[in-house]
Amino acid sequence: MTVEQIIFIITGLFTLGSAFMVVTTQKLIQAALWLVSALFGVTILYAILQADFLAVVQVVVYIGAIAVLFIFAVMLTRKELRDQGSQTRSNWWIAALLGALVLAGLVFLIIGEPAFNRMAQAIPAGVDTLRNLGTALVSPDAYVMPFEVASVLLLSALVGAVYIASRKGEEK
Amino acid sequence: MPFLNDPINFIAGWAHRVLTGWGLVDSLATIIIYLIGTTILIVFAMFLDIMLVWVERKVVARFQDRIGPNRIGPFGLIQPFADIIKMVIKEDITPAGADRIVYNIAPVLAASSVIILWAILPLASSIYGVDLNVGLLYIVAAGSLGSLAIIMAGWSSNNKYALLGAFRMVANMISYEIPMVIILLVPTILADTMSIRGITQAQSGMWFAILSPLAFIIFLISAIAELGRSPFDLNEAESEIVSGFNVEYSGMKFGWFYAGELLHAFTFGGFIAVLFFGGYGGFFGLEKIAFFAWLKNPFIQTVVFMAKAMFGYWVIMWIKYSMPRIRIDHMLAFNWKFLTPLALVVLVNTAILSKVLVNLPTWGYAMGMFSSNLVIGFITIEILRAYGRKQRKVEDRLAAQVAQN
Repeated sequence: MTVEQIIFIITGLFTLGSAFMVVTTQKLIQAALWLVSALFGVTILYAILQADFLAVVQVVVYIGAIAVLFIFAVMLTRKELRDQGSQTRSNWWIAALLGALVLAGLVFLIIGEPAFNRMAQAIPAGVDTLRNLGTALVSPDAYVMPFEVASVLLLSALVGAVYIASRKGEEK
Repeated sequence: MPFLNDPINFIAGWAHRVLTGWGLVDSLATIIIYLIGTTILIVFAMFLDIMLVWVERKVVARFQDRIGPNRIGPFGLIQPFADIIKMVIKEDITPAGADRIVYNIAPVLAASSVIILWAILPLASSIYGVDLNVGLLYIVAAGSLGSLAIIMAGWSSNNKYALLGAFRMVANMISYEIPMVIILLVPTILADTMSIRGITQAQSGMWFAILSPLAFIIFLISAIAELGRSPFDLNEAESEIVSGFNVEYSGMKFGWFYAGELLHAFTFGGFIAVLFFGGYGGFFGLEKIAFFAWLKNPFIQTVVFMAKAMFGYWVIMWIKYSMPRIRIDHMLAFNWKFLTPLALVVLVNTAILSKVLVNLPTWGYAMGMFSSNLVIGFITIEILRAYGRKQRKVEDRLAAQVAQN
């Protein structure tokens, strides 16, 4: 086993364990904090794959914005921060069966993939991944269309939020 | 002398030869040397942190017309060590109903979110932790870890004041992250890279503070907000919510928050130096003259960097100890209605002008950039003045109506 494989296995176990705690813990805030630690595990996976931009953006967007907003929403909306009662329903076994089937299907598909047994290639020195990503996002023969569509979508969401916030003279 | 020209790599190479000479595998020796290097960097940052306690207390004393620590050691230099001993032997209190694990992790996370910033801070052209090509985003990522630590501290303390402090801090950090991210794109455009070292090298001829003074001012304001220092210290606000998120912490756990805040302020002083004042270099081409070749020595560069970082830290302290606290609605309005639009205008201006002026010589480029910033600053002040005049008229009319009735 190489060092990378050892790190990968530890990180994978850490991420899966955190994800398991997210759905089993009773306190909502603790579930959110376990979610943060699961997302952090994914960051380490990106870092192992030398995807520095994705790793940093994962921390900025998922931990810095989404998880913090999620914790905020939980803290502000729930008076009692603890779930009461049983965490399972009577038909839990159907969900377990479906989950196991999906897992089996995914494992089957991934093992059939020719790239399954290959190690990740090291990025040769002198290749600026960030510059390549930036060029790909704005070049017409790559991803400029989805990039612009996403921008327009976000802009319309912003304009909508401003419109809703600035309605005057109503419900006073 | 190879040691004088590249001390870190010289020592690392020597240590590598020694370790492999003892029969260690090459990769294991490299890992051990990296671990030792990381430890030395952290110890350096923490020792600096201890001395910053003294610097901060001395400077605030001068601002308040006092002398400051002066009893223990020469100029009170041993005072911070006495403070540390006091903090370590204080009773460690965990409030009833606290979430014990989260409560104990929070101070560690708060301090480490600052220390990881030192990984990308270049002390000299050959002394730096790592040269990330996403260095600027890394600053933002470390900041979001810091706000997470504050939420954890505020929530797990099981205290209303602590929770209020955490809410305020997060509202502050999330808002001021936006102008900061926008304005970090200005050095990116000017240097054509996001790596901190590349930005420093791009400033060897001209500081970015001269090319874009408005960007520097906006970065300074949003950095102070990110630090949660006065005038943005709503999270601590002693007169309203006692001490905010860290009210329940005692002893060294409080010490970690305090140390983290001081080191954070100094680190942002360092980033101000690196992003806008040329970092370890930026001598306007002086080092190319043979007589000033010693400016390229890494020891001299480290001294220059520390001096510039200390100046940035001093400016942050200067603002902290001379400004009153800003009200929370003013804080949000200032960010969303003033700082963010201005940052966007500066960014668009820089992006267009850097392409328009690209063929001019350095002085023409600098003149164009600087004067465009002056024009934007002038228009901003005029808009603010017109707005203030309108606001005063409305208030006068209201006052007149009240007087008539």
